[in-house]
Amino acid sequence: MNLQDLRDIARNGVWKQNSALAQLLGLCPTLAVSTNLVNGASLGFATIFVMAMASFTVAMLRNFIPYEIRIPVFILIIAALVTVVDLVMNAYFHSLYLVLGIFIPLIVVNCIVLARVEAFAAKNAPLASAFDGVMMGAGLVWVLAVLGGLRELLGTGTLFTGIDMVIPGTAPITVLPEGYPGFLVAVLPPGAFILLGCMIAARNWLDARATARAHPQRHAAPHPAAG
Amino acid sequence: MNSETSVLRVSARTATVLLLFTVVFTGLMTFAYSVTRDTIAASVAQAKLMLVAEVLPAAAYDNDLLQDYVDAVAPQLGNEPTSRIYRARKGGEPAALVVEAAAPDGYSGRIALLVAVAADGTVTGVRVTEHKETPGLGDYIDIRKDRNKVRPWITQFNGIGFAQLAPTAWKVKKDGGSFDYMSGATVSARAVTNATAHTLRFVAQHRDGLFALPTGSRFAPKEVGS
Repeated sequence: MNLQDLRDIARNGVWKQNSALAQLLGLCPTLAVSTNLVNGASLGFATIFVMAMASFTVAMLRNFIPYEIRIPVFILIIAALVTVVDLVMNAYFHSLYLVLGIFIPLIVVNCIVLARVEAFAAKNAPLASAFDGVMMGAGLVWVLAVLGGLRELLGTGTLFTGIDMVIPGTAPITVLPEGYPGFLVAVLPPGAFILLGCMIAARNWLDARATARAHPQRHAAPHPAAG
Repeated sequence: MNSETSVLRVSARTATVLLLFTVVFTGLMTFAYSVTRDTIAASVAQAKLMLVAEVLPAAAYDNDLLQDYVDAVAPQLGNEPTSRIYRARKGGEPAALVVEAAAPDGYSGRIALLVAVAADGTVTGVRVTEHKETPGLGDYIDIRKDRNKVRPWITQFNGIGFAQLAPTAWKVKKDGGSFDYMSGATVSARAVTNATAHTLRFVAQHRDGLFALPTGSRFAPKEVGS
């Protein structure tokens, strides 16, 4: 495991195979929770934690898991770990739990966790797998933060609503003037789809431009994989 | 070894492995649950007291509030089958009732409330504890989402009771009452205002009966009119 491997894992997670923008996995919690920046980023951070733990554990046990029943075992491991995280957070970080608590059970149904466990952790060493989990989560964090921030900004004209519940003593900021009428559709579910669509388009455009620059002789850039 | 026995063998082996994993991880969850159970109960109680402190100052009572309650059978409080009412006492004397009420008729369903009524019949505070009102529109009933930080909407009930404001005026202005609402989001405000009025009416009628019962008992009032 060298530096280049780590760099590839990081680039895959944050950009090339970004779970929300390229793989389009785990959209249910993504769209439901990204109504503002703090919520979005919070779900992202909770996901990082769960993915790192799940990937590490599966990678540790990968040689003991028969191929035929790997999926039920993975689900079992993920669900058990999420339950433990849920209980421990509820017990020892209760104020944080009140903010993130509703997101933790959502992570069980986030197929990105299962997808990375199956695609990466089942074939790689524990530390590399944990790093992959963290990077995939980081990719989700920035997308959710940007999407949540955009929805919040367009919808209500503010940013960081609810930050005082995560970091006491801070306050949300009002970006647009007080008289801003609000743009409700951005906060409602359709706004999530529309803005996520815009972000996917922007990412594809940036990738296409990068490819075109790298190979000036080819006019049409290959379409980035999505699925 | 023929192929049939080997299939059976593989099946038996995978089943055993799956069973082992299930036992181990269920054990892990059981362990985590038993270790955290007491701490969770304590933090839940702590969080509840902090919520109560928002509607009733901690200095207003000196009893163990969460251990002093009755469960009222009262559909007008919005909960089925019972609504929990905590009884705050100071020096053994009734100080206030903290009611877990609900408004069934929010714009997107039920709105859960915590309403504290002092012994003199005035509301000391109302908080929305759970709701699904439209973000950015009806959610100003939740003090955390209210953009008016100087005088949040939900605080206009503070310090008044039926003695200060006639029962008929406990409605939003649109319905001929005296409480503000935000245009375009009347339903949320109306639901909370009406539920607060129902709670106040219930407490005014049954205060003595509520304080007299031993803790943990059920309170089923006889219907008094409608």
